[in-house]
Amino acid sequence: MAGIDAVITDLHALEGLALEDSPLQRLDPRAKLLTTLLYIVCVVSFGRYELSALAPFAIFPVAMIAGGSLSLLPLLRRIVLLLPFPLMVGIFNPLIDREIMVQLGPLAISGGWISLASIFLRSLLTLGAALVLVSVTGFPAICAALERFRVPRVFVVQLLFLHRYLYVLAEEGGRMARAREFRSFGNRGMGIRPTTALLGTLLFRTWDRAGRIHHAMLCRGFRGEFPVRRTFRFGLRELLFTAGWSVLFLMLRMGNLSRIVGGLIMEVVR
Amino acid sequence: MHMADALLSPAVGAGMWAVSAGAIAWCSRKVRDGQDERQVPLMGVMGAFVFAAQMINFAIPGTGSSGHIGGGLLLALLLGPHAAFLVIASVLVVQALFFADGGLLALGCNMFNMGIIPAFLAYPLIYRPLAGRQPTRARLSIAATATAVVAAQLGALGVVLQTTASGISELPFAAFAGVMLPIHLPIGVAEGVFTAAVVSFISKANPGFTATINPAPASSIRHSRLVPVVLVSALIIAGLCSRYASALPDGLDWSIRHIAGAAEPAAPGSGPHAFFAKLQEKIAPMPDYSAAGASSSVAGIVGAIATMLAVVLCGAILRRPWGKR
Amino acid sequence: MSHHIVEVKGLSHVYPDGTHALRDVSFRITHGESVALIGANGAGKSTLLLHLNGYLVPTQGEVRVGDLPVTRTTLNEIRRSVGMVFQNPDDQLFMPTVFDDVAFGPLNLGLPPEEAERRVAQALEQVDALPLRGKPPYRLSAGEKKRVAIAAVLAMSPDILVMDEPTDGLDPFARRTLIGLLKEFRHTRIITSHDLDMVLELCQRAIVLHEGRVMADGPVLDIFRDEALLAACRLEPPLSMQGCPVCGGQGR
Ligand SMILES: Nc1ncnc2c1ncn2[C@@H]1O[C@H](COP(=O)(O)OP(=O)(O)O)[C@@H](O)[C@H]1O
Ligand SMILES: [Mg+2]
Repeated sequence: MAGIDAVITDLHALEGLALEDSPLQRLDPRAKLLTTLLYIVCVVSFGRYELSALAPFAIFPVAMIAGGSLSLLPLLRRIVLLLPFPLMVGIFNPLIDREIMVQLGPLAISGGWISLASIFLRSLLTLGAALVLVSVTGFPAICAALERFRVPRVFVVQLLFLHRYLYVLAEEGGRMARAREFRSFGNRGMGIRPTTALLGTLLFRTWDRAGRIHHAMLCRGFRGEFPVRRTFRFGLRELLFTAGWSVLFLMLRMGNLSRIVGGLIMEVVR
Repeated sequence: MHMADALLSPAVGAGMWAVSAGAIAWCSRKVRDGQDERQVPLMGVMGAFVFAAQMINFAIPGTGSSGHIGGGLLLALLLGPHAAFLVIASVLVVQALFFADGGLLALGCNMFNMGIIPAFLAYPLIYRPLAGRQPTRARLSIAATATAVVAAQLGALGVVLQTTASGISELPFAAFAGVMLPIHLPIGVAEGVFTAAVVSFISKANPGFTATINPAPASSIRHSRLVPVVLVSALIIAGLCSRYASALPDGLDWSIRHIAGAAEPAAPGSGPHAFFAKLQEKIAPMPDYSAAGASSSVAGIVGAIATMLAVVLCGAILRRPWGKR
Repeated sequence: MSHHIVEVKGLSHVYPDGTHALRDVSFRITHGESVALIGANGAGKSTLLLHLNGYLVPTQGEVRVGDLPVTRTTLNEIRRSVGMVFQNPDDQLFMPTVFDDVAFGPLNLGLPPEEAERRVAQALEQVDALPLRGKPPYRLSAGEKKRVAIAAVLAMSPDILVMDEPTDGLDPFARRTLIGLLKEFRHTRIITSHDLDMVLELCQRAIVLHEGRVMADGPVLDIFRDEALLAACRLEPPLSMQGCPVCGGQGR
C-alpha cells in the first residue's frame, strides 16, 4: 500500500460521489451489495482460459459508473495501482503453459497468454465492481446493509468507527511523518529509534483520543447499545434491480454472449 | 501480501469466507461478552491507527528503500486476540472496498492469512509461551520477532495455497512458495523488531500503560476453544486443497510430482469432487478455447471485442441524463 | 429550576501519575449564569470540567449539580442535565453522518425515533446547520463541526451547557458566528477559554484558575482590569481592553 497520501485523496473523491443524489445512489444498499457479490462470484467462477465470456460482464461496472455519474479517473487510478500483484503471479502462466490454443493466421497464442489475459480482465472487473459499489453506496450505508444481513453489531460498529477516524488519524500520521521528514537528511532520522518514538507517540495519542471519544459517548447516554439507523427500504425498485442484474449475470454465465455475437459477425462477413 | 479475487476460484473463496465469517461471529461474541464498553471506540481508532502507522516509513538498512509496519501483531499485543482480529478484519474490509486491495471475494482469504493466523495461531502458540508473563526487553524482542516471522510465513503460505488450490494461476506450488516465503522473511523480521520496539517504548514512556491494556491475557484463550477453531479451519483448507489438487492437471500436483517423484494421484471417480466436476460441466457448457476449435476461438475474440465496444457505447449513452461529472 | 445550579466544594484532583491538577477548588454557579473559567494552559480548566459530569472522580471534595451529588449512581441523571461540548469536535462527532450524530443522544435517552428526529431537526435548526444533516463529519469545516457538536448536545435538552475552548481553531468569521449563537442561549453556561475577548462578550462572571487553584472569582470586567492578577496567572487583558497601538485609544 504505497502512497497512502494519494490513497486518501482518492478516497475523498470516491466517497464524495456517494453523497450525490441519483436514483442509483438512493437505492437500498442491500440491493447493490447483493448484486455486486453475485457479480464477483459469477466473474471468478469461469475457467482459467475463459476470456470471451468475461467480456460482456463489463456491462455492470460500466452501467453503474454511467448511472451514478462517477468520474472514471480516480477509479481507474485505484485499479491500476492494484493490478501488479495478480499480474505478477499471472505473468508466469505464459512461461509455464506454452501449449498453443489459438492460431490467428501467423500469430500463435499459447494457453498461458490467454489465462494471463483472463487474470487481467478478472482483476479489472472485480476490483472495478468493488470500487463502484462504495462509490455509489457510501461506506456507512454498506455497514447498515451488513447490519441488516445479521453481521454482528460489534463488527458493524467497528467498521463505522474505523471509517470515521480513518481520515482523522491518517492526517495525523501524515503530519507526523512529514514533520520528521523535514528534519531528517538522507536516512538519518528514519531509523528504528525515531520511527519507534513516532509510532509510540501516535499510539498514545490514539489511546487518549479513544478515551475522549468514549467520554463523549457517555455524555450522550451511551450504555453499551449502539444505535445503527435503518431507514432503508427494500422495495420494488430494489427487487427489480437485483433480480434484473442477477438474471443477466446468470445468462451471461451460462452462455457465451461474445461467442454468439462473434459468430453472427463472422457469418455476416462471410 | 493481499490475496486477489482474480487468482481465486469461487470454492476456495467461499470456503475461506466461511472460516473468516465464523471467526468474526465468534470474536464479536467474545468482545461483546467482555462487557468493556471502552473497547468500542478503542478498537475503532486502533483500526484507524493501523492506517496512520502505515504512513510512517522507516529505512530498510542497506537497501535504500523504506517500509512500514503492518500492525497486526501490535494489535494482538495491545488488545488481545479477539479484539485484534476484529480490528484487522475491519481494516481489510476497508482496504478491499476502498483500496480494492484484493477484492471482496478474496476478503475471506485475507482475513484468514492476516487475521486468524497472527491472532489465533502465532500469538497464543508462539508469542505467549516465548514472552511469558513479564517479559524483559530482550525476551519481548525475541518473542515478537519469532511470532511475526511465523505469522508472515504462514500468511504467505496461505496465499500460495489459496492460489494454487484455485488453479487460475499456473504457478506451481513449490515455485510460488519458493518466491513468496523468502520475500516475507524480512517483512516478518521488520514487523517483529518494530512491534517489540514500540511496545518497549510505550512501557518505558508510561509504565502504567501496558499494565492497563490487553484486558484478555493468555488465560482467556483457552486451548479448548482454540483447538476446534484451528482444526476446523485446517480441515476446510485441507479439503479444498485436496479437491483442487486432484481436479487440476497441474498446479498443486506438479509440485507433488516434483517433490515426491511419484505418479499423478488418481482422480477419484466419486464423492464431492466428482459432483463438483459435473456441476462445473453443467454450468460451463462450452469449455472455451479447446485446441481443436480454432474457429470458435476466433469467433470468441471478435465477439469479445464487439461486446466490449457495445458496452462502452451503452455507458456513454446512459451517462447523459445525470450531469456532466 | 434548581436543576441549573452547579456547586463545587473543596475539589482536588490528582492524576494517577501524581500531577496535582486541582487544589481545593470551590464555587457555586446559579441558574442562568454565564461563567468563564479562565487560566493559562495546564491551569486545570479541562480537568475541572471533566468533574462536572462525573467523568473524573474527585480525589477530594464534592460536586453537586442541582439537587444531586455527582456520584456513580446519579451519573445518568447528571449527564442528561449537563451538556458537554468538547474542545475537539472530532472527538465528539463519531457517527457517520451529522444526522446520526445528533440523534445519538436522543436515541440513547430512549426517545421514539420520530421524537428523536424532531429534536435533531430542531437542534440543527438552532445552530443553523440543518442543511448539513446528511453530511459525514469529516467533510465539515471547523466552524460547522463546532456548531454540529453543539447541536448534538442541545438535542438532549440539557439545563447546563459546558464548553471547553469553544472558539479554539476557528477562523474569525466562524468565531463571530459562534459567539452570536452562544449569546442566544438561555442555559446556565460554563465556558473555558483563553479567548478573553469572547469571554468579555459572553460572560458576566469569571473564575480564574492558576496551577489548580482558584485565584479570583468575580465580575468579568473587574477581573480583566486587574492587570497584576492577570500577569500572575500568565494571562493578558483582552485586546479590546488594551490601549490601541495605532491610535493610542484607551480601550474599555
Ligand atoms: N490524563 C492526565 N494524566 C496526567 N496528567 C494530566 C492528565 N490530563 C491533564 N494532566 C495535567 O493536569 C494539569 C491540568 O491540565 P488541564 O486540565 O488539561 O489544563 P487546561 O485545560 O487548563 O489547559 C496539567 O498539568 C496537565 O499536564
Ligand atoms: Mg484544556
